[in-house]
Amino acid sequence: MALKHATPMLDELEKGPWPSFVTDIKRVAARKPMCEDLLGLLEMSYEHKEGHWKHGGIVGVFGYGGGVIGRYCDRPDLFPNVAHFHTMRVNQPASKFYTSEVLRKLCDIWEEHGSGLTNMHGSTGDVILLGTTTDQLEPIFYRLTHELGMDLGGSGSNMRTPEGCVGKARCEWSCLDTQDIIYDITMRYQDELHRPMFPYKFKFKASGCPNDCVAAIARADCSIIGTWRDKIRIDQEAVRAYVGGELVPNGGSHGFEKRKLDIQKEVIDLCPTRCMEWDGKNLKIWDEDCTRCMHCINVMPRALRPGTDVGATILCGAKAPILEGAQLSSVIIPFMKMEPPYEEFHSFVEKMWDWWMENGKNRERLGELIQRLGLREFLKAVEVEPDPRMINTPRFNPYIFYDPADVPGGWERDGKAYRERHHA
Amino acid sequence: MPFDPSDIMKDRLTDIGPPKYDKFFPPFIKENYGKWKYHEILEPGVLVHVSETGAEVYTVRVGAARLLSVDLIREVCDIADKHCGGYVRWTTRNNIEFMVDDKAKLKPLIDDLKSRGNWFPIGGTGASVTNVVHTQGWVHCHTPAIDASGIVKAVMDELFEYFGSHKLPAQVRISLACCLNMCGAVHCSDIAILGVHRKPPIIEHERVQNVCEIPLVIAACPTAAIKPKKVGDYKSVEINENRCMFCGNCYTMCPALPLADGEGDGIALWVGGKVSNSRVPPKFSKLAVPYIPNEPPRWPTTVQTIKKMLETYASDARRYERVGEWIERIGWERFFEKTGIEFRHEHIDDYRLAMMTWRTTTQFKF
Repeated sequence: MALKHATPMLDELEKGPWPSFVTDIKRVAARKPMCEDLLGLLEMSYEHKEGHWKHGGIVGVFGYGGGVIGRYCDRPDLFPNVAHFHTMRVNQPASKFYTSEVLRKLCDIWEEHGSGLTNMHGSTGDVILLGTTTDQLEPIFYRLTHELGMDLGGSGSNMRTPEGCVGKARCEWSCLDTQDIIYDITMRYQDELHRPMFPYKFKFKASGCPNDCVAAIARADCSIIGTWRDKIRIDQEAVRAYVGGELVPNGGSHGFEKRKLDIQKEVIDLCPTRCMEWDGKNLKIWDEDCTRCMHCINVMPRALRPGTDVGATILCGAKAPILEGAQLSSVIIPFMKMEPPYEEFHSFVEKMWDWWMENGKNRERLGELIQRLGLREFLKAVEVEPDPRMINTPRFNPYIFYDPADVPGGWERDGKAYRERHHA
Repeated sequence: MPFDPSDIMKDRLTDIGPPKYDKFFPPFIKENYGKWKYHEILEPGVLVHVSETGAEVYTVRVGAARLLSVDLIREVCDIADKHCGGYVRWTTRNNIEFMVDDKAKLKPLIDDLKSRGNWFPIGGTGASVTNVVHTQGWVHCHTPAIDASGIVKAVMDELFEYFGSHKLPAQVRISLACCLNMCGAVHCSDIAILGVHRKPPIIEHERVQNVCEIPLVIAACPTAAIKPKKVGDYKSVEINENRCMFCGNCYTMCPALPLADGEGDGIALWVGGKVSNSRVPPKFSKLAVPYIPNEPPRWPTTVQTIKKMLETYASDARRYERVGEWIERIGWERFFEKTGIEFRHEHIDDYRLAMMTWRTTTQFKF
């Protein structure tokens, strides 16, 4: 069936081996005028080299301040079916396992009430339902909650939908129950998720190990990264099997052909702390020097495993550039056990939020506030003692802010007595 | 009870949260939760995880465009029903993973995926170009300088062989954000594609006072380039254009300050970021190419520049070295030399803390 708008430029994106979103939209467009007009609008953007969506627009479901992003096209005269094209964020189950049953029901709801287009998934982790009209928001929300037991995620100045890695569900390295932690945070802070109350967005992400598969350290205001404090578990026989060429190094990441692992070159020399030695038979690890970077474990997954005294390193403050430049998360709590019911973590979170809400300016992320007021102020607020694990190096400028309480006699001075010793 | 539009409070459910994660676990995932011992990649895109119980789970990872229709999701469901007991999962990088608990079920699954045209490319594991994470671009965003899905499609078509193979020294994560807001947080990627504006905002004086909170607009500018100004009868703003670094934050606060421009906008490429703590600490991506014009529909300069960088890395880096580790070993002067990318004044930082990036040693290469 011929579609309403010619799309000669987009048609070029139907070529090539990678799955084509244009082909995918087109087959829905055959029955959905919304998708037909979306293609026409996108083709116009390809001609103009400018986007054609209007700025913002506040829409939502009753009682929520987040979860729906209003979107209006700036040429409804040409593309009336995408005059309204709002996004709904649906909070995904942690680590994104689904049954076909729930997905089909979700598709049916979205077929009936929306464009039939989705993002699987958005950057926050939500299932994004892409494009509907204002009058459909309540029916969709009703059906999501009643038929699927699903709820909306976050948008705006609230806690954004937390996200975690695959964790213990299918990874041998996970030092944390990331799913359970993410589920706990999501459920406990539903109010913060749905009702904007913060200076700006706040993101939690949990990765089970320092490989950090959800990029928590780069994009979460609070990054929860699994780690261990004891020794790497070694199976010496398996180490010898890697060296002997019976096991495939790096879990097959470089191909599954059998080859002898050059343990000196590929493991020991690449260890950032040089905390290992191979005597031709056994691998010795000086665990007290290990910084748990994961390289050796990644290369020899059948021989080495993280230790068993596991927990999380809590880091704070990551964000993309807007406004004050990009930041990675900084270590705040080097180790926390992170066991249910996670009381220690909740207490930390609530102190952190109180400080941020008290001190943060409009649209100031936690990381920016920490930078503006200093890490020391943040540590005071969350009642954490300073620790060398929080820094790369002590300061190399001499401009230290002292508290009068730390100096004998405080800041009160006797000018007269001074001048008696030193004539002006 | 169906939805009653005349009484939206009736039977209303709110704040129920997401379904509990284990509700959709396949039985073999539930049984082996936390018991996994090791994993191996059997071929690109195909993983086996082995449990302490002896159970094995085979995963086939397929790439997907992030933008999916319900038709494609229903096809995913068909595959899951036929081979995987109705279970399926997605990864953070927009891949779809089909899992089976028996090696005998693997080949029929792979054959089925391969029989369905090019919808389900297998790969994205190990030393490959993993699937590209990206933002909305012209398909759905209000502040973009570039498209997203279309550029990703063009890039992945060209790098396709690196998705389904393990030919690279290490994994290469490519990400795209369509403006400096970086909803996709691409600032720590091996190769990042970033939409950039290059013209200061248009000031629609007659609209500013009606659609904007002027103090918020002024406060939003990181370089304090915006001041209040009365223009005729309108309360508006003036912008010191020389201080504008095109972040778009003023537009986010005020729709009467648009800065998108077909000729001014385009793409910057960044390299050498990572998030894993493996070997070296996480790193930001650094500027490789300050500007490439928008070239819809196939974005050839962007695609070819990325390919050239990738292939230079592939032939030059040592095993396990991520792009950033490779560049730091050879040095930035060599990076520009080897990739043939022109080094320009834009590469020298002149924003806050710029000095941290200038060379303060005589240790460099001729």
